[in-house]
Amino acid sequence: MSAILFDRIDEPGLATIDVYTRRGGYSALKKALAMPREAIIEELKVSGLRGRGGAGFSMGTKASFIPGAEIDKYLVCNADESEPGTFKDRELMQKKPHQLIEGMIISAYAVGANRSFIYIRGEYVLQAEMLERAIAEAKQAGHLGENIHGSGFSLDLVLQRGAGAYICGEETGLLDSLEGKRGNPRLKPPFPANEGLYKGPTLINNVETLATVPPIIEMGGAEYAKLGVENSAGTKLVSVSGNVQRPGNYEIELGISSREIIFGLAGGPEAGRSVKLWFPGGSSSPVLTADDLDLPYDFDSLAKAGSMLGSGAIIVVDDSVRVVDVALKLASFYRHESCGKCTPCREGTNWTVNMLERVQSGEATPMDLDIIASVQEQIIGNCLCVLGDAMAMPVGSLVAKFRPEFEAHIEAARERNGLGASQPAVEQPVLTI
Amino acid sequence: MSEVTRFTHGSRIPGWDQSTDPSKPAAAIPDPATTTVPEELRAAIEAEIAKYPERRSALIPALHHAQEHHGWCSPEAIEQVACVMRLTPGEVAAVVTFYDMFESKPVGKNTIYVCTNISCSLNGGDRILAAMRDAAGDDPDFNIRGFECLGACDMAPMASINGEYVGPLTDEDCNQVIAQLTAGETPLPAKQLSLRPCADAAGRTGGDGQ
Repeated sequence: MSAILFDRIDEPGLATIDVYTRRGGYSALKKALAMPREAIIEELKVSGLRGRGGAGFSMGTKASFIPGAEIDKYLVCNADESEPGTFKDRELMQKKPHQLIEGMIISAYAVGANRSFIYIRGEYVLQAEMLERAIAEAKQAGHLGENIHGSGFSLDLVLQRGAGAYICGEETGLLDSLEGKRGNPRLKPPFPANEGLYKGPTLINNVETLATVPPIIEMGGAEYAKLGVENSAGTKLVSVSGNVQRPGNYEIELGISSREIIFGLAGGPEAGRSVKLWFPGGSSSPVLTADDLDLPYDFDSLAKAGSMLGSGAIIVVDDSVRVVDVALKLASFYRHESCGKCTPCREGTNWTVNMLERVQSGEATPMDLDIIASVQEQIIGNCLCVLGDAMAMPVGSLVAKFRPEFEAHIEAARERNGLGASQPAVEQPVLTI
Repeated sequence: MSEVTRFTHGSRIPGWDQSTDPSKPAAAIPDPATTTVPEELRAAIEAEIAKYPERRSALIPALHHAQEHHGWCSPEAIEQVACVMRLTPGEVAAVVTFYDMFESKPVGKNTIYVCTNISCSLNGGDRILAAMRDAAGDDPDFNIRGFECLGACDMAPMASINGEYVGPLTDEDCNQVIAQLTAGETPLPAKQLSLRPCADAAGRTGGDGQ
């Protein structure tokens, strides 16, 4: 496999337009501007590129939803990389900002958008500076602005820094934030493709997705589709972190085994430790255990195993860590980040934290675990966005897969605090008729 | 009569549990004739407004400028932003209180966000936060906060020091950070994110090292 996104990633000066152009940059843009718009969208569809931000929706299909009419249309790049464990876009924006910009120009041309925005999380100060510099260079070189390279197509690109809110990574929350409001998600439908930024049709994609567009145009969609496996074409950046020896970003061909990523690339847990559980796609994905390490790392295989590929962030937790601590950490994060708009999420995240604190302190009984599980079920699918689900899925899966450990923890904490054993399980009488 | 203890609420809206006085008129858009806005701040906000098709879009960039100018989003800063943006102070305050990076109370000039999310805490992030707080003591120049995932789990445990990412940190580094910031030096220059090679490129040579 040859690297597509991380090709020459650490070459000095690759963030400047000179080096990027010398390495073949912006040639895909020139090729694309000579193509009819429909042909670009067709190439994207043929490539099988699925969104790299978390939802995994086909990019070509999403682009084809944008109406063709001559109205104000927008392209927004979601660079609010806040999913815990994810840091791939950071590396791309810092080291290859021009590849993202080139991908955005091609995508904007394909859907006929004349204004584009990059919404980057406020904490990424260095990356925002790199992008600002790159945008200025691209303007200078005539890749952005009026009548790009004589094609009659004009595009304006504005970088906006966020200010620290996980929910602004949700596409409609991001749009509200970009409009200068609190980042509350909107009711869908209407989807952003019909009614997005300033109520205009808006194509919104993740950094990695947009940065993959120039290589696809360069090599052709059919060639790109040969990489990876069925329904999961191409390469993917995975961010491996947690209890591994070589944490970092790796570019993999989709479909390789998860063990190869966690142990082969990231070095696995330190000697003497073993994998207890892992999150395959950011902290919002249901957890998998050591038994699932041989799963192929692609969209369908992970979905079949009851989890998801998400943003491609693998968080490895080894056997020295208590599951209750992991669950409480997760729940506290989502409680803090809930925007408060929908009741199941606002109250559900709050009560999950309260109950997990009871588990920690020893006030809980095993019945609390049933209540925790039922609260998670009542959150899923009942809110405007998936933030609540993003807590309910991992916490629910932790309670389901590690129930004996939770129960042992409860009993030990009760014992420690002198509360005595929780009610022993009563054998249910068998009714005979 | 003893006060009834209430359960903590998940709402992010400050003042949700306080009553309002509906007989008072809501604050209007500040009058430019009577609101003084520093020239530098006004110019910066107007430059942001010019970038967008709708002026309200410039609110978050405007607040970044105002916070830089005033040190925090003080009522005065909110008034000035509201004046230039042509919004009511209430609309601006609603945005300030939503975002974690906007300070609605006065804070020290050195801002340190220590990541305490899952990947960092698996590597001792919570301990680093405590060590950082211990090192700074009660020095009012430091604003030390435990923060949600900062997107740098490859250098866990890490912190963002006045916007600069550094890591992986040890307890000893925390003392050094505080000392270097107090002396006006760059904190931990050797541990900055900008110097880190990509794990993929460092671990495998060439493009096809599966």
